[in-house]
Amino acid sequence: MSLITALARMEAVRDRRARPVATVRHRHLSDRPLVFVPLTTAGEAGAPLGALVGTERDAPRLLVVAQPRDRDLRFAFLAELAEVVLPYVDSYADDVDLEERKETDPETGKKVPVQVELCADAPQLLVPSGAGVEFVRLLGRSMRFRRTAEQDPETPFPAPARVPLLGRWLTHYGERSRVPGSCLLQAMTDLLTRHWATGQSHLEDQHLGALLAWIDPPDGMPGDEAALRAESERDAGGQLLCPPAGPATDPAFDNKLLAPAMARYDAARMAVAGAEDGARAERHLAELHRAEAEIRELIASQMRPTWDAVWRGLDLLRALPEGARVAERWKRDRWSYTGHRDRVRAGEPPQPRVDDAVTAAQKLAARETAQAQLEAQEALDDPLVMAGRRLAGEAFAGEVAEVVMAWSETKVPRPRPLVTVRTGDRPHLAEGVKLYRVLPDGRTQTGEFAGYAEPDGPDGPADPSEPDGPAGPADPDEGAEPARPGDVPEGAEGALVVRLTGGMGRGKTPEQGSVPEPGDRVCWTLFEHAPRGGPELPDPEATPWTHGGPPEAAVAQAPDPVTEEDLL
Amino acid sequence: MTAPHPATGGAPAPGGTPGGAADGEAFDPAAAAARATEAILHDTLHGPHRGVVVDSPPGAGKSTLVVRAARELAAAGRPLMVVAQTNAQVDDLVDRLAREDPELPVGRLHSSEPHPYDPVLDQHPSVRASAKVADLAGLDVVVSTAAKWAHIKGVEPWRHAIVDEAYQMRSDALLAVAGLFERALFVGDPGQLDPFSVVGADQWAGLSYDPSASAVSTLLAHNPQLPQHRLPVSWRLPASAAPLVSDAFYPYTPFRSGTGHGDRRLRFGVPSDGSGPDRVLDEAAESGWGLLELPARRTPRTDPEAVGAVALVVRRLLDRGGAAVSERSADPVPLTADRIAVGTAHRDQAAAVRAALAGLGVVGVTVDTANRLQGREFDVTVVLHPLSGRPDATEFHLETGRLCVLASRHRHACVVVCRAGVAELLDEHPSTEPVQLGVTVKFPDGWEANHAVLAHLAEHRVSWRP
Repeated sequence: MSLITALARMEAVRDRRARPVATVRHRHLSDRPLVFVPLTTAGEAGAPLGALVGTERDAPRLLVVAQPRDRDLRFAFLAELAEVVLPYVDSYADDVDLEERKETDPETGKKVPVQVELCADAPQLLVPSGAGVEFVRLLGRSMRFRRTAEQDPETPFPAPARVPLLGRWLTHYGERSRVPGSCLLQAMTDLLTRHWATGQSHLEDQHLGALLAWIDPPDGMPGDEAALRAESERDAGGQLLCPPAGPATDPAFDNKLLAPAMARYDAARMAVAGAEDGARAERHLAELHRAEAEIRELIASQMRPTWDAVWRGLDLLRALPEGARVAERWKRDRWSYTGHRDRVRAGEPPQPRVDDAVTAAQKLAARETAQAQLEAQEALDDPLVMAGRRLAGEAFAGEVAEVVMAWSETKVPRPRPLVTVRTGDRPHLAEGVKLYRVLPDGRTQTGEFAGYAEPDGPDGPADPSEPDGPAGPADPDEGAEPARPGDVPEGAEGALVVRLTGGMGRGKTPEQGSVPEPGDRVCWTLFEHAPRGGPELPDPEATPWTHGGPPEAAVAQAPDPVTEEDLL
Repeated sequence: MTAPHPATGGAPAPGGTPGGAADGEAFDPAAAAARATEAILHDTLHGPHRGVVVDSPPGAGKSTLVVRAARELAAAGRPLMVVAQTNAQVDDLVDRLAREDPELPVGRLHSSEPHPYDPVLDQHPSVRASAKVADLAGLDVVVSTAAKWAHIKGVEPWRHAIVDEAYQMRSDALLAVAGLFERALFVGDPGQLDPFSVVGADQWAGLSYDPSASAVSTLLAHNPQLPQHRLPVSWRLPASAAPLVSDAFYPYTPFRSGTGHGDRRLRFGVPSDGSGPDRVLDEAAESGWGLLELPARRTPRTDPEAVGAVALVVRRLLDRGGAAVSERSADPVPLTADRIAVGTAHRDQAAAVRAALAGLGVVGVTVDTANRLQGREFDVTVVLHPLSGRPDATEFHLETGRLCVLASRHRHACVVVCRAGVAELLDEHPSTEPVQLGVTVKFPDGWEANHAVLAHLAEHRVSWRP
């Protein structure tokens, strides 16, 4: 936890209300997101119990599995889910822009520009919490290797049509959500904690109801009290007023309400199956419908508050203006969506069970690059985030005090002006450290730290000598070690010299506006603004001996073998 | 001689611990180390396997081995590439190669950034530096970082490679360079910090090629038949430190110090003034270890009192005119600032210590985090304990390698500055990391190692209230 987040959390405790930790919205929000609130069955991994899903706030589609142990009902649920999700996912597939991209020509081996489709927008899936993201992955994993009767007439338990396809899309979304800053699939709790700090622990922040209580408490109630109520207040029947956001359910609900209702449903089913004549069957069937309706109502009652909470969270987030570089990141999400659309259309097999060595390394490298870019872009988009980086010694902002023109000692002299910046920040600098700043036209200017300026004149900064040192202050110019002498008194300003090394055009004199002038406010960062990705890796077929050689393709793509546990 | 012989050509006696007592006549460290080296070189030059792995405890002559192996391979007419992890390591290695064999043509492959390598290399006529691998074609040895090698494409693979600091190299970095060589010698210290990733890599945990694991674990998972050797003697660590470091961090692969108890001494010209820092320095000079314990308190990472205490210890260390006697020279060598290092867990702590040292007028002392101190050697180290003043013990702070690096950089003495209450903190925070299927459990875990070190330090404790 960074110092500034720790501070924000302490302030939230003091004020009994969440503190904003961002001034802009750092994540893309679709105009028409698909909200998905799933519930799972206690005691059986990955058995869905029900879901609310839809793009309309007032009209969620309710899906319920009345008896989760019944595999047929489970498949029916998944088929119904596919009916809702897939048309939504497909609705973005055909509205495309054309983009130019360099691709290697297979014949000549040269890079040639080609026109490729990029979907103009992409479907966005929102779940209440991080556990919901995990559940999306689990659903994807459980469905994508299923075979429909059409794919394999021999399969003993064919999946309904479209279910394997839903599994592939959910897998893609689940995997994409591991890329830092990606927005195809997001958890509302993650979105909210990115923008507000509460006075509770990270673990407690996973409770959507409590989190919202801190950020937007009901009138007149302090956030911590509202959060406590959201977490633990129960009605006369012992049921939580604010059910957990799932996918796990509250045990009290399971034991007191759900289990008896399911027992009634099972009994009614038995009775229907065992009915001896039509009249009795009629009667039992009516009972069965009643029992099923009861379960639907019960499950809906658990999910509806979460559904509303997700939309309330959306309202809060939409009130923030979108960060300037969010669209750039969303474009990568659009590429990701388009890429998977193309793979599905090309009839490629489902994603393999485990990544091969090269794919795993590529994904890790891509995510590390995405993380670095995200951190840089968030700071550049948001002065509050930049303040955190400044506090951590990774950036500094201040006023330009002096600019001295200088040139490099090369055959063709290049401008290397020295800019003195007066700042109260205390960056972790050493001689030659690279620095970056954004130019007014959006390009990045590079520089390097050239040393600390001597405090000068009567109005220069106070001499930061220390009270009790046995020796005088270290010579600021000595050594490559950061030579900030002693403890600078609070509020005192230091002066740093930055040598500009780029972003000034190609000529001997810098381009207009590329060198700051005295009095300008500048902000330099020690981190790169557009960090590059890692090296190219070998093709999977060329996996070296150290990593087990090329993978066997057939194994990775085979459907799951049927085990005894599959046929209870 | 109480311990099983720890140096039998890389086949350690499992579970054995080296004797803490003075060496008997039976153990000749130089001979043991030489035997191990011969076995390694034999496997490298004449063995049938594509890879040879060498585990080296701190200061066991890893660089010496790398230099020697490179020279012998080159002498046998087998040009090789050397992969190191940082530019500083590459420069160091090239410098050593050129100094030990001025005739050997060595290439330094570097990046195209400004100031890509240490200018000291330009003094060696046999060293050629270039950013293009084609310029270095035909040289006996070409050295670069893993990151630079990863960008080299379309060259004829080298028949041989040496991968230095292989335990600090990530599996995906090896994947990117492994196509460049046919066979390789992997050298590294398994006890130091594991490589890490800034993003989660749990989804690959347990896979043999987990890209965030160390290069050696992937290599051995896929090639379990490769010979594994071990350097049995630490030449850096004094006799006072080797048993503790060996027991705490290398319980199944013990090693010994190359010097005996009387071989190294640290003396001060100025007597103690009775203050905490002076008393802990006397204790450390006498026993090799010192713990300066501040009153228990929960603090921010840059605990001003602890940081101040570290700086004061360094200041007194310099002021008291320390002199070190070792096997390297007959006369005492003055303990100067460049022979002292301060180690911390976090970069902001290092920055705070630097500021405090500058405030006391101390210049030239290395202050850095454990990650950056890896592979370096000093006479005396002052360590800010990673758990000092913390309310919790996270995986980061418990990491075995972090403490191991901090506790194994010194030739003479190590002073640890810490707030009281770390033992209780450890007891309140047992390791709770989830068990991942297929992942080899690392021994010892950080919790156990921390307790072992703490128990030993407690015998050299000086309590002090600043």
